[in-house]
Amino acid sequence: MSSSRFVITVIGLDRVGIVAGISRVMAEHRVNIADIRQTIMNDLFTMIMLAEVTGENFDLSAFQEAMSGIGQELGVEVIVKHEDVFRFMHRI
Amino acid sequence: MIIHPEEILETIKMVSSQHLDIRTITMGINLRGCSHPDIATFNENIYSRIMRAAENLVKTTTEIQDIYGIPIINRRISVTPIAIVAEACQTDDLVSVAETLDRAAREVGIDFIGGFSALVQKGMTPGDLRLIQSIPLALASTQKVCSSINVATTKAGINMDAVAMMGHIIKETAELTRDQNGLGCAKLVIFANAPDDNPFMAGAFHGIGEPDCVINVGVSGPGVVNSAVRALENPSLGDIAECIKKTAFKITRMGEMAGREVARRLNAQFGVLDLSLAPTPAVGDSVAAILEAMGLESCGTHGTTAALALLNDAVKKGGAMASSSVGGLSGAFIPVSEDEGMIRAVQRGSLSLDKLEAMTSVCSVGLDMIAVPGDTPASTLSAIIADEMAIGMINKKTTAVRIIPAPGTKVGDMVEFGGLLGTAPVMPVHNFSSEIFISRGGRIPAPIQSLTN
Repeated sequence: MSSSRFVITVIGLDRVGIVAGISRVMAEHRVNIADIRQTIMNDLFTMIMLAEVTGENFDLSAFQEAMSGIGQELGVEVIVKHEDVFRFMHRI
Repeated sequence: MIIHPEEILETIKMVSSQHLDIRTITMGINLRGCSHPDIATFNENIYSRIMRAAENLVKTTTEIQDIYGIPIINRRISVTPIAIVAEACQTDDLVSVAETLDRAAREVGIDFIGGFSALVQKGMTPGDLRLIQSIPLALASTQKVCSSINVATTKAGINMDAVAMMGHIIKETAELTRDQNGLGCAKLVIFANAPDDNPFMAGAFHGIGEPDCVINVGVSGPGVVNSAVRALENPSLGDIAECIKKTAFKITRMGEMAGREVARRLNAQFGVLDLSLAPTPAVGDSVAAILEAMGLESCGTHGTTAALALLNDAVKKGGAMASSSVGGLSGAFIPVSEDEGMIRAVQRGSLSLDKLEAMTSVCSVGLDMIAVPGDTPASTLSAIIADEMAIGMINKKTTAVRIIPAPGTKVGDMVEFGGLLGTAPVMPVHNFSSEIFISRGGRIPAPIQSLTN
């Protein structure tokens, strides 16, 4: 793998606490935010983050589960994918 | 390199709602070192070889699936054609070999193992004959083993003795799996110009000329192509071709990415990416639906062959750019039982066996997963095979037949195979006889197209 960078997408109905909730879980797993883009259109909240993991022994499944869990609590869909997926698909 | 948010959301949507997935990661394993005159030793050898090579296959593909978030639907194994590696065995039948392959497949945790195969386009060796005669019992007594027989090539012509024999073998296989609606036949493919590196079942085998261990990937995504075409506003056929090409590129890139990483982690060579658009019975994941999106009222009506030609070509062009190493079948699949649009088209009366035969001349697979009445004569099955082999031979392409004469059924019945194998509507065949033609035997000679030097 070329890096430990992930793209995290958060999509759902806007409400108080989404950014706070998501970034809390990321901090707990020592995942750093390298870039962040966010739009709120009418009631739809969309956030895309480029996240970075620097330490060894990063437990990806635990992180994905935790993100999925906070997503459910907040009523939003959280998807974590390695950045290669997007680089490969959209660039030659 | 900046990826735009719209692109990110496009990828997410492809996976979440449009059925983008990697259809199969198939490990090709060379068994040539396992040959032994004693069948018990031979079976031990192939079992150990497969277990050693594939012990981490499921674990590694699951890791990749989690990291990338692209579902990897199937893990499979293909082996060197058993007729070749078992040629030296002093035994009357090779059913025990199929049972060994089945056991290895279950231990490794995969769903299908292909390669109970023989290549007989010019003629049969004793080993080839032994294997072919073992097929019905082998497929009836195992669950995961798939078999394929190559009976024709452009360079060799068509072995009509083998074609005649395979008609009977198919009937026998159907009869022995009668209680499962002839399911054995869903695991048997007859080929012309079979590729050495096809990752899809039931025709996968690890060809001669391939390395010791290889990872081949089959992607899929008819759902993604379907959505993309339907989103266009009043397109010309050129616009549709362009759209399919771009979409095929994106789909194929996923396979390239996953395949390379799996190969790296398993210390195997990355073989090929097969760009085929393989449908599933899930709603929206249909190749027929793409043809209908192009403007045909029902798949199988006039214009279907042209539409499929456009689709097949666009998929290849987009896919070729996406991968350094494209191979296998690489085109559109038209398996009737595995495509909900095809099933509907047959039931509606718009799709016939004759039209499917025409379609196979412009796409990659052949007459696939087709159920015909249980009383169809062996010679008719052979003649259907002969027609398909002729299309492949003359056009220098791969064609194949996977046909199921479901015992006790008649036209209009629906035969349930389950899972990815889907549900097949029983289709009519011509009632006029081909018996005398098939009984003549011999070889249809290689066509002039074969003289390419």
